[in-house]
Amino acid sequence: MNILTATILLPLLGTLVLAVTPKGNSQLAKIIALISSVVTTAVSVLMALRYHSSQSGFQFVESHSWFKAFNINYAVGIDGLALVLILLTTVLVPVVIVGGWNESENGRWSVKTFYMLILALETSMIAVFAATDVFLFYVIFEAMLIPVYFLIGGFGRGERAAAALKFLLYSLFGGLLMLAAVIGIFIISSKQGTGTFDVTALSHMKISHSTQNWLFLGFFIAFAIKAPLFPFHTWLPGAAASATPGTSILVLGVLDKVGTYGMIRFCLVLFPQATKTFAPYIIVLSLISIIYGAFLAIGQKNLNSLIAFTSISHFGFIVLGIFSLTTQGISGATLYMVNHGVSTAALFLAGGWMIARRQSTQVDDFGGLQRVTPVMAWCFFIAGLSALALPGLSSFVSEFLVLLGTFTRYPLAAIIGTLGIVLAALYVLILVQRALHGPVKSGNEGLSDLNVREKIAIAPVIAALVFLGFYPKPALTVINPMTSTVMAQASVTDPTPLAGK
Amino acid sequence: MVYLIALPLLSSAILLLLGRIADKWGHLLATLVSASAFGFGVQQFLQMHKQPGSNRAVTQKLFDWISVGTFKVDASLLLDQLSICFVLLITGVGTLIHIYSIAYMSHDKDRRRFFAFLNLFIAAMLLLVLGDSYLNLYVGWEGVGLASYLLIGFWNQNPVYAVAAKKAFVANRVGDLGLSLAIMISFAQFGTASFSGVAAGAPHASSAALTAIGAMLLLAAAGKSAQFPLQSWLGDAMAGPTPVSALIHAATMVTAGVYLITRSNFIFDASSTARMMVIAVGVITLLFGAIVGTAKDDIKKALAASTMSQIGYMILATGLGPVGYAFAILHLLTHGFFKAGMFLGAGSVMHGMDDEVNMRKYGGLAKVMPVTAITFGLGYLAILGVPPFAGFYSKDKIIETAFNSGGSKAIVIGGAALLGAGITAFYMTRVVVLTFAGARRWKSEAHPHESSFLMWAPMVVLAIGSVASGFLLSMGSALVNWLQPVVNASHVASGKELMKPMTVSVLALGVVVLGAGYAIIKYRAVAAEAPEKVSIFTRAARMDLGQDIVNDKVFVKPGFALTAGLVAVDYKVIDGAVRLVGWLINEISDVLRKIQNGYVRSYALMMLIGVFICVLILWMVTA
Amino acid sequence: MDISNYLYLSVILFTIGALGVLIRRNAIVIFMCIELMLNASNLALVTFSRINGNLDGQVASFFTMVVAACEVVVGLAIIVTIYRSRRSASVDDASLLKN
Repeated sequence: MNILTATILLPLLGTLVLAVTPKGNSQLAKIIALISSVVTTAVSVLMALRYHSSQSGFQFVESHSWFKAFNINYAVGIDGLALVLILLTTVLVPVVIVGGWNESENGRWSVKTFYMLILALETSMIAVFAATDVFLFYVIFEAMLIPVYFLIGGFGRGERAAAALKFLLYSLFGGLLMLAAVIGIFIISSKQGTGTFDVTALSHMKISHSTQNWLFLGFFIAFAIKAPLFPFHTWLPGAAASATPGTSILVLGVLDKVGTYGMIRFCLVLFPQATKTFAPYIIVLSLISIIYGAFLAIGQKNLNSLIAFTSISHFGFIVLGIFSLTTQGISGATLYMVNHGVSTAALFLAGGWMIARRQSTQVDDFGGLQRVTPVMAWCFFIAGLSALALPGLSSFVSEFLVLLGTFTRYPLAAIIGTLGIVLAALYVLILVQRALHGPVKSGNEGLSDLNVREKIAIAPVIAALVFLGFYPKPALTVINPMTSTVMAQASVTDPTPLAGK
Repeated sequence: MVYLIALPLLSSAILLLLGRIADKWGHLLATLVSASAFGFGVQQFLQMHKQPGSNRAVTQKLFDWISVGTFKVDASLLLDQLSICFVLLITGVGTLIHIYSIAYMSHDKDRRRFFAFLNLFIAAMLLLVLGDSYLNLYVGWEGVGLASYLLIGFWNQNPVYAVAAKKAFVANRVGDLGLSLAIMISFAQFGTASFSGVAAGAPHASSAALTAIGAMLLLAAAGKSAQFPLQSWLGDAMAGPTPVSALIHAATMVTAGVYLITRSNFIFDASSTARMMVIAVGVITLLFGAIVGTAKDDIKKALAASTMSQIGYMILATGLGPVGYAFAILHLLTHGFFKAGMFLGAGSVMHGMDDEVNMRKYGGLAKVMPVTAITFGLGYLAILGVPPFAGFYSKDKIIETAFNSGGSKAIVIGGAALLGAGITAFYMTRVVVLTFAGARRWKSEAHPHESSFLMWAPMVVLAIGSVASGFLLSMGSALVNWLQPVVNASHVASGKELMKPMTVSVLALGVVVLGAGYAIIKYRAVAAEAPEKVSIFTRAARMDLGQDIVNDKVFVKPGFALTAGLVAVDYKVIDGAVRLVGWLINEISDVLRKIQNGYVRSYALMMLIGVFICVLILWMVTA
Repeated sequence: MDISNYLYLSVILFTIGALGVLIRRNAIVIFMCIELMLNASNLALVTFSRINGNLDGQVASFFTMVVAACEVVVGLAIIVTIYRSRRSASVDDASLLKN
């Protein structure tokens, strides 16, 4: 068992420990969950330190046979893409646990169950990024839905059952399409020699163009639902409005990244020709997502769904970067996944605290928070600035790289994409103005500012936003080799500058 | 060099993070940091001055910032003849305004926060002028936008101020879109975004590409410098505390557009179309601002309109090609002195008049506020371009260059600039007469008084600048020669001289006397209430020539309609389709459920029919 | 005599049985009708066995008889139990599982 498998299994161990702790002692359950997630963070950081950023290909590879008959293996390994996303996961889970210390109290089930689900989700999220076996990926991709379903349905607010069901059905539909494609790819590989699910072996396979198109669509639609991309997005606002802030952070911050992760890992690498065929159409979809998500964010009255729509806009940027098929685009999109995770976490944390204090999700019920709860208002403001990609905060670097990469290949798309920057300023500042500025609205006078626990939870998030904004190099160093590998596997090259020197 | 930026940034962070603990000494720390930055700037300037002209630029690489594929941007600073001008202006005027604010904001319980924002602004503005690539500049560019947003909305418990702050940020964002597109085009064309790289590549690029970059840079400049068509935010930005208006919205930040165009001289020199656009924007704005300024009763808004108009002059100068850059910067520096001085004067008046901003409620203040009146008056003479005050050296040069820019368009441009000078004289005289001369129109409870030393000392320093800076900077073409290596300014006029400098000066002075004289006659005695029955021009100018109506009709209303429409579409069409699938399945199961009626014989019948159909099919297939 | 007449008889018997199952409500009668259908098919099997000249059909009909016998055992037992508890042998009355 190597360190990667250890990272995967540690949260699961926490779940097992939680399972045997007594039900009544919720404080103990929280502490066990926190310890378990912090240890996971420590181990994953240790793994990151031992990662050789200069090497391309998978590291910490481990493989055990699972179903011999179909050559299915428990095969894991990480490259730059997986590493940054795993780190994002392991960092965000403790933040979620500390930040939402009390959000599990009013659920349908016990506090212990909440943390068992969170830790199970963490295991599956780490595993899904680590899997190098397509079938293993698929199994975890579907298994991930279970904890989320119960987290939304059992611990959310409002129409939580309906939201959870919608999320589940949407995802299952995508998963089925992907299952068909997974089976298809296995059949093709067995026709060309030994059947395999190994992603590296599969990337060397020759598949006819028309077959590629079908398999590509199977994978892509599943990922587009997860990401979510217009027009497959309608599950997200409901889920975000119903879920607890912590669950929203994990769903939007990490879980949805599986979609964009899969686009790079499977769509681009396994089906290069189909990628080129569909890229222009997908770019159109991503542009619609950017603009559409931004407009809908402006029009939302519910704080949680507003944040969800900003995410739809941001996912548009990520997909745009991926399918621009340029080095800057793909690296930028990967960095964007990390940054969006962090910045969404900040938004949902601060927004969640605002909602918990005011007991309302309606933006119009807030107002004047800047004067009543300055620290909370500042946290929310900084998170908002990061959502509008202010230079100096991390999302700027990634958003700019995405647009830059896109511009070199599709100038018009990049120009339309930059409109998203203006719209982002609008939705963030309108929200800030309505919620934080103006006279103190009645009902807000006595709100308490952040306590020490909450400050501890959000401090690393804001620190990460600022640090990666000024010094994205650590992330880019591990991402760049991955990008060049993917570019080579997808057999695309960057456009050269037009005016030679 | 990095300390120039790092110190104010650090001090800002300290003041914000420490919170109330720093209330007692926060303003002192901020002022000290700003002053030390100025000292550092002076020392750099002296060091630079010793070097020969070609050897003065220094770059300092801090760290690798972004490096992806062929796109490599270092966090690296460039201090050359152009940026040092700005460094001195920003830190110098900045320090004076810090000192002024100590007194001006002394009654505000959030003074520490105010100084934190001021320092943040200084840091961002220095980064803007010191960045050695467009992307580094962009960070400062949006940084000053943020600082401006925070400071305009400093009293954001007032919803109107909060909206003004938002408006400023969004208008700036539209401009930023231009800057980011310019960077993208540069990268697609030259594979780099550094000034030196783009300058080296510019001669090889197609003229279409250069024009596109130029147009996008102009859009950026228009956003930041409140130029047409993105000018509407500046008037509302006066919601911020007056020292902010003086520093950010008069002396420094709003002139960043001029800096950007001057810095990108290699682009504009290579594209006459882009230059023409710059001239058009400059001319339109200088007249626009001047006209709006004639009807404003709010002293700060009148000064803001004037700022817009004066920056129009600078933009116009940058569009006039290599000769114009130095004059643009010259006007920028002198304007920094006299306009900041006048804003501080306005702040001093407001301070004495219990924050009254309506000039019709002033009158005869010269007697009670002599220092303010004198310093304001010196600034007034400077902006009019009366010799030998600062504006005479800078503005007349711009008008002269405009007249001599060659071709028939020169007469139009020069004429417009000259007309602008006349209107400037009119509205500035109006401000001075309404405020300091004439009868006292204040309410009885107002007790106007001269401000404290901390407030008038900076005003005096700036007034000295308004008197002397023009003469000093153009003595022996000092600034022109100083900037020569950066902007490649040649003294050779492009065509034959249309007008001699002397002629221009006489003409300019003539229109100024006309404008000022008319204003004196018209505003000798006015009512404390603005008259309702006014000419259509005044009415148009009062509503900013309809800029807000246009924005509202063209962008805001349709935008919100579109938003509302899309929200409905999302619910009804897209989510509707999803819900339709669910509904269909429900309906189908409702129908199918009826078959499961629980009667054995109906199941048997179903089975029988099924068997019958199977047999039929079998028979058809085999037969 | 034409051997296909047996088949016609078998069809007629089967149809009568099927109609009985569909129309009647008394469990015993339905049961008898099912038996009738089984025996109709038995008759058809035996006839086919005769036509084809092998014993396959006869063997199959033995299976049918065995199945029918088992059915009688289980089915009658159920019907008697239902009758005892509900005082009715109507199939429509036994609707506890419905709703």
